[in-house]
Amino acid sequence: MSKKKLIIDYHQTWWVKFFFWSTIFFFYSPIITLMAFSFNNSRRNIVWRGFTLKYYEKAINNIDLLEAFSNSLIIALVSTLISLVLGFLTAYSLWRFKFPFKAIYEGALSLPIVIPEIAMGVSMLIFFNQINWPTDLSWPYNLSAIIIAHITFSFPFVAVVIRARLQNFNFEQEEAAMDLCASQLRILWDIVIPFLKPAFISGGILAFTLSLDDFVITFFTSTPNTVTFPVKVYSMLRFSVTPEINAISTIMILITFLLASLGLYYQSKFKK
Amino acid sequence: MKEFIAFHQSFLKKIFQFSLKTIFLIPTFWLIIFFLIPLTFVWIYSFSEVQDIISFKLTWTLKNYREAFEPVYLSIIFKSIWMAGLTTLICLVLGLIVSIFIAFNPSKVLKNFFLLLIILPFWTNMLIRTYALIAVLRTTGYINKSYNYLWDFLNSISNFLGLDSQALLGDFTPLNLLYNNGAVILGLVYIHLPFMILPLFGVLEKLEKSYIEASFDLGAGKITTLFKVILPKISEGIYAGLLITFIPALGSFLTPDLLGGNDSQMIANVIERQFKGANDWPFGSSLSFLLMYLLFFIVAMKSLMKNK
Repeated sequence: MSKKKLIIDYHQTWWVKFFFWSTIFFFYSPIITLMAFSFNNSRRNIVWRGFTLKYYEKAINNIDLLEAFSNSLIIALVSTLISLVLGFLTAYSLWRFKFPFKAIYEGALSLPIVIPEIAMGVSMLIFFNQINWPTDLSWPYNLSAIIIAHITFSFPFVAVVIRARLQNFNFEQEEAAMDLCASQLRILWDIVIPFLKPAFISGGILAFTLSLDDFVITFFTSTPNTVTFPVKVYSMLRFSVTPEINAISTIMILITFLLASLGLYYQSKFKK
Repeated sequence: MKEFIAFHQSFLKKIFQFSLKTIFLIPTFWLIIFFLIPLTFVWIYSFSEVQDIISFKLTWTLKNYREAFEPVYLSIIFKSIWMAGLTTLICLVLGLIVSIFIAFNPSKVLKNFFLLLIILPFWTNMLIRTYALIAVLRTTGYINKSYNYLWDFLNSISNFLGLDSQALLGDFTPLNLLYNNGAVILGLVYIHLPFMILPLFGVLEKLEKSYIEASFDLGAGKITTLFKVILPKISEGIYAGLLITFIPALGSFLTPDLLGGNDSQMIANVIERQFKGANDWPFGSSLSFLLMYLLFFIVAMKSLMKNK
């Protein structure tokens, strides 16, 4: 079978290929080197001195780190759940209802997406300080300020994802259900929500990652008692650079990789 | 009796329908309480003054805004714009090439694979990516260590030639790759390049390939076609990519904080210092609002240019 000569062959041009693979190298080499050196048996982290898992041991036994990580997980979970609900309500009302000031509402919804993170962090700090939000709540309620901030910047993203999916909704399904005398609520429950399942999953993963990854906004809303994973790593970085950080980073990268694969798997499943 | 039941049924139904409608108002309330009101507080604070260590008084003063225009802060603002702009430019060039490589690939499998390859680091925690760069760039980092080995190797050649060791290249001085503007720009490109690639890839994929084929038929080379045919047709995507890269780059805090030296401060670092160190919340608020006005202005410019 002879290969057909392609007319558009940018992807075979030498300089395009060169820059592409250089970019891949640029992206991955710091990360891969970081992961490789997490196994390096040397505190100074430069010369390879032998394979070891001791920094992973250190990382797992670091209580502060574990606490920070569990805080991050809890915040991400709660934030994701509530963001999904709020995002759905937003997307559905924009799709279904006509109401005054709709354009302004849409604009206001895009603000948390466009606003620079530092401005949002600052406003949250001032807000919670101004209304004297209690700062001595017991765990896990002391995470509430961070959770509220995370929900505020997450749910507009979820709304965008759900809205995109709603564009593809075939109204005839709804009309058929109405012909069969289903009430609005049943239509919602039996037809629209199952249809939105892929959007919920991708929106949920998006909200979860945004929350887990967030640094700036959390930096401004956290206290010494409510440290999250990125904030903890930041303070570790400022203090000293040890291979322990490599170990935790590798674990995080693997978790991210897992989440991304899950997301992809669901996407391909629903594309059929 | 029947009327009694019927009345209550319709009453309950009305309450049910009412609460159903109000549920959809919850996001609005959330936005107002936890987003718009905090922003208003910031706005009010920008007109306040520091009273003593922990309290502020609203005096409707313009002092904070005037302070922002002092040379020391103005220069930081300009430098931030310049660094974010350079970052965006580099991201545009690299992003275009990468997107073209992926989008024009005939194999769907390879296309998705390459896209995944580019996006995957993007999903990694920003702190980890920045730390990876630090590990690579610092004076005892991977680049300098390799450079050191090369240096020592070349020096040892001089030994072999019978000369004094160290005679060839002298003492090793590590490259100062970290804690300067270059490192910050490198870091910013590293973090923001995927943001640029996504919209570019989106428009390139949807581009009518027949335009390109026609251009080749008429004798234009690849680069001419690129500039005269492809770029004008994807200008929408380019604008989106520019915005989605420049705005976060301008407001970035972590990269200049971890990778920059004392003279590589950007706006966000100054703002952070006002809140966490200097305790001058009014001044920090005014700087935050100036940043927002600036970005709003840029977005407005984009819509204006779009509607022309």
